[in-house]
Amino acid sequence: MIDFLKSVLGREAPSSKNMAKERLRLVLVHDRASVSPHLLENLKEDLIRVISNYMEIDQNALEVQLNREDDSVALVANIPIIKMKRTYQDAKV
Amino acid sequence: MGEVIVITSGKGGVGKTTTTANLGTGLAALGNKVVLIDTDIGLRNLDVVMGLENRIVYDLVDVTQGHCRLRQALIKDKRFDGLFLLPAAQTKDKTAVSTDDMKKLCNELKEEFDYVLVDCPAGIEQGFKNAIAGAERALIVTTPEVSAVRDADRIVGLLEANGLRGPKLIINRIRPDMVKRGDMMNIEDMLDILAIELMGVVPEDEYIVVSTNKGEPAVLDMNSRAGQAYRNIAKRVTGEVVSLINLEYDEGLLNKLKRLLGL
Repeated sequence: MIDFLKSVLGREAPSSKNMAKERLRLVLVHDRASVSPHLLENLKEDLIRVISNYMEIDQNALEVQLNREDDSVALVANIPIIKMKRTYQDAKV
Repeated sequence: MGEVIVITSGKGGVGKTTTTANLGTGLAALGNKVVLIDTDIGLRNLDVVMGLENRIVYDLVDVTQGHCRLRQALIKDKRFDGLFLLPAAQTKDKTAVSTDDMKKLCNELKEEFDYVLVDCPAGIEQGFKNAIAGAERALIVTTPEVSAVRDADRIVGLLEANGLRGPKLIINRIRPDMVKRGDMMNIEDMLDILAIELMGVVPEDEYIVVSTNKGEPAVLDMNSRAGQAYRNIAKRVTGEVVSLINLEYDEGLLNKLKRLLGL
């Protein structure tokens, strides 16, 4: 009943403009990633380079993708580790 | 040497053809030599919006295939001596024109005209590729709707991939009353999402339907709000700085009362 009154009075209902913006934001994350297919490939290469400083990984089995949830988009990386490096040599030291 | 500007959108029905007709007429009214090219082969409409449909003899495909000289296919506008239309072919198929044909045609036309406006078909297929092939600048038309803005974003990416940088946005059919009550995205919302510069905002205006009925672009009607917006856009295209028209909506006494009562 209260919801009905609120909807009649037009108050506190989320404005449809904000729904439009939020839905656009999510859909464009995917669209922009697919417009430049190199984006994920480049990201993969960078990831391999950085992670290889710390551990040995299976580069061929590495998977990077965008996963869509209800209200967010997540970058999901599946990176199989072959072995850890015993000592990490800090390049800066 | 003139300039080639493509008017594109991705989504259909957002007002590319209306924008091309009004911008072209507006530029001609400012004293420029202007040619409009309709590249929507099979679905030509710029001729009827301009009110020139009865004068067509040759079309774009006749020119690119060498059936006539370019001069012969250009239709002179009823109102302005410096305004011409190159109509699309209605019966041939879309593959009849190539991107090389369009580049050559645009280069030839900009020798003689100050502005060459290319009306792009909806979609991102061959017709789109043809329309952008010879262009140096791009205007993207969108409406304040999720689907139109999404497609506009796609177009920004595709233009960039084809070396057309810095496209500008025309927001069409905005309804200030809906923006005010939070039921329509506002100008900032769309600029924020698309991250491109604004060229102009055209309010929803019933007169656009009337002007299309008559075949007289709204830009020539001094009482039309959309017409005023298009006159401003034409000036901005020439490099003049013109502030946005006031979109403040006069809600009227009845609506004011309703709002006060919380209805």
